[in-house]
Amino acid sequence: MSAIAAARGRAYVPLLVTSALLVAMFSAGSVQYEGFFSGQVLLNLLIDNAFLLVVAIGMTFVVLAGGIDLSVGAMAALSTMISAWLVEQHGWPPLLVIPLVLAVGTGAGLAMGWVIHSFEIQPFIVTLAGMFLARGLCYTISIDSISLTDPAYVAFAQTRIALPGGLFVSPSVLIAVGVLVIAFVVLHYTRLGRNVYALGGNEQSARLMGLPVGRTKIAVYAVSGFCSALGGVLLTFYMLSGYGLHAVGLELDAIAAVVIGGTLLTGGSGYLLGTLLGVLVLGLIQTVISFQGTLSSWWTRIVVGGLLFVFILLQRLIVGRRKV
Amino acid sequence: MPAHPARQPVLEAHAIRKEFPGVVALDGVDFRLFPGDVHALMGENGAGKSTLIKVLTGVYASDGGEIVLNGRPVRITGPLQAQRAGISTVYQEVNLCPNLSVAENIFIGREPRRLGLVHWSELRTRAARLVASLDLDVDVSAPLNSYSIAIQQLVAIVRAVDVSAKVLILDEPTSSLDRDEVRQLFTVLRRLRDQGVAILFVSHFLEQIYEICDRMTILRDGRVEGEYAIGELSQADLVARMIGGELAGLEDLSGRHGPHAEADAAPFLRAEGLARSGAVEPYDLTIRAGEVVGLAGLLGSGRTEAARLLFGADRSTEGSVRIEDAVVTLPTPRAAISYGIAFCSEDRKTEGLVGELTVRENIVLALQAARGWLRPLSRARQDEIALRWIRSLDVRPDDPETLVRNLSGGNQQKVLLARWLITDPRLLILDEPTRGIDIGAKAEIQKLVAELAQDGMSVLFISAELEEVLRLSHRVGVLRDRRLVAELPNDGSLTPERIMATIASGAPS
Repeated sequence: MSAIAAARGRAYVPLLVTSALLVAMFSAGSVQYEGFFSGQVLLNLLIDNAFLLVVAIGMTFVVLAGGIDLSVGAMAALSTMISAWLVEQHGWPPLLVIPLVLAVGTGAGLAMGWVIHSFEIQPFIVTLAGMFLARGLCYTISIDSISLTDPAYVAFAQTRIALPGGLFVSPSVLIAVGVLVIAFVVLHYTRLGRNVYALGGNEQSARLMGLPVGRTKIAVYAVSGFCSALGGVLLTFYMLSGYGLHAVGLELDAIAAVVIGGTLLTGGSGYLLGTLLGVLVLGLIQTVISFQGTLSSWWTRIVVGGLLFVFILLQRLIVGRRKV
Repeated sequence: MPAHPARQPVLEAHAIRKEFPGVVALDGVDFRLFPGDVHALMGENGAGKSTLIKVLTGVYASDGGEIVLNGRPVRITGPLQAQRAGISTVYQEVNLCPNLSVAENIFIGREPRRLGLVHWSELRTRAARLVASLDLDVDVSAPLNSYSIAIQQLVAIVRAVDVSAKVLILDEPTSSLDRDEVRQLFTVLRRLRDQGVAILFVSHFLEQIYEICDRMTILRDGRVEGEYAIGELSQADLVARMIGGELAGLEDLSGRHGPHAEADAAPFLRAEGLARSGAVEPYDLTIRAGEVVGLAGLLGSGRTEAARLLFGADRSTEGSVRIEDAVVTLPTPRAAISYGIAFCSEDRKTEGLVGELTVRENIVLALQAARGWLRPLSRARQDEIALRWIRSLDVRPDDPETLVRNLSGGNQQKVLLARWLITDPRLLILDEPTRGIDIGAKAEIQKLVAELAQDGMSVLFISAELEEVLRLSHRVGVLRDRRLVAELPNDGSLTPERIMATIASGAPS
């Protein structure tokens, strides 16, 4: 029975590795740099990466189901653009614009999911097309950045919510954490969530077991579309502008966060907690490099690249061992 | 549940028809299934068994006919709907999700819920109860992939029966199980039968059919040959009805076999201390020209792993291989092919044939590759080669332009064999060439192997069926726990029982 215990434990190995990495990086930073060891540094990770966390949560759904969504960065950019354009240039109220933007994102996700399912096309290529479309649409609105001066947006962006001990977070963090909790419940306690895991485990089997494969597949892209639009809304608060060049490469950061969080790209295995850890690792790399002060910002990319390699190899080893 | 002879069938199919491009797979098939019966569906490969099952379970839409369930006509549009109507299927390949827990695999899609959320503790309790009711020792919260294929299959049955306890279809459930596992499966099936489940059982193992089944329906060329109670037909009659009279191959062969005096022939290949750590322990094996060497052993005993080293499919970590006395290295299949070694894998779907290409294209693939793409085979030459091999191996249908994926398993196996045979190999490694194919095609393939050896080809023959290994081989290597434990000359006194005893004890008896 020890083999069975081992098999059960194996699913958590990537999670443990990522946690250990996070602790190690934070400890190293604390030893190295003055003022690094503080709760606020950790909370700032969340404040600066709330939008990435939301987008990565959507990506986790897609990757768990065995797919990929390359359109999330462009969808987030389009969300900032539509928000800024409608609020600034047409005077629409934010309370109308934000639901509209979320609906656009969800609709785009639904449409891509439908194409992927109905025509049996690789998600890679469909979402690549979605990415070009969304980026392109940004520029039909404006080729320049549109600044947001709407008082509601500005107020939201500047609000800080005090926590005990002199710490604070932004409202975006609360939204992101809320999304995380809801997504966790959906993935682990609803049929949709379990079907996502089943689909990623073995699509053919899922179909033969009578699970609604098509609906599930479309749903994960809709979830990802919703999350990327919501990520875009949070990004609008963070940047206070809409711009077609916002969130360039965000899709890759999201995928990196998901992979570093231990979710297998082949689908069916992984946890949302891992994605949260992945986002924090990415954020922490940035923080360390800014504390270091002399390294330029592309070192972030280099470190992320290196980490990705390590984690993909780790996945390979775990999957490889599972076969025996 | 009425148990008297005049009971109502739970499932009836009338005049089912199904066509594929160029093939009529089912032609007016009538079929019925009674509650509390284990019913065998028999027929050669290509007779339409799989197609009928797929029509009954809604994987294929039928082109004509009617399905009646519990006296009411139903239209089965897909696996989900078939399940809801009460027809569940367990396929040859386990169709569950390996990444999920045993409990979840049993209940996914029908999870017990509380306030709309999955009620995990209830789910695990219920799963544990179901598993215990069939006397299985399984931890339901462990991931499915931590268990053997046999257990996974039993889990699939637990799921199928719990989804709908009316009709259970088992498609080749025993082909990858060892004897004890088969016994365990049969115990479960008997229990289900006694609960009134109608079980449709498809298998190529005749002994198993006679052991477990009550009735059988025989299909031949997409038509029903007849329905019989199991006691009505002897095994020989059954086979005769399946293949339509000419029970040629098998009898023939048993007369033909008999080890030739090959001991003085020059060794073609000699493995010395060949091993791969974690896969197979060091072994010595000599294969002479014109000799058939069998490898026997249980599933997972290292049969395939030993053969893969000879083909360069896996790299050896120890030992050496000599071909005609010259030491060679076989790092890749390409190298092995250049020495005239061919390997027919047991997994013909993923490691051999290209389903989207035609029979002709599949047959000439290896030959074309050997010639290089700069010297294409003319179409006329391709047609000629394809037709010749289709005839000599009796591939059905005999149209070279049929897509390989529309062929039955046995015919696909023949196409794969043809592909290797045209390259004129000197050593042919056959890994379970007759697995999952019917008795007629099996006899043909066995006959072919015997003929090839007589013409001087060396053959390494791997099979789980001892009778078959014994019928063909001059010598039998026995593997146990990844070790070659014995090499038994097939001198006429060798019996399946002796091989079994060797496998069991690990020493020649």
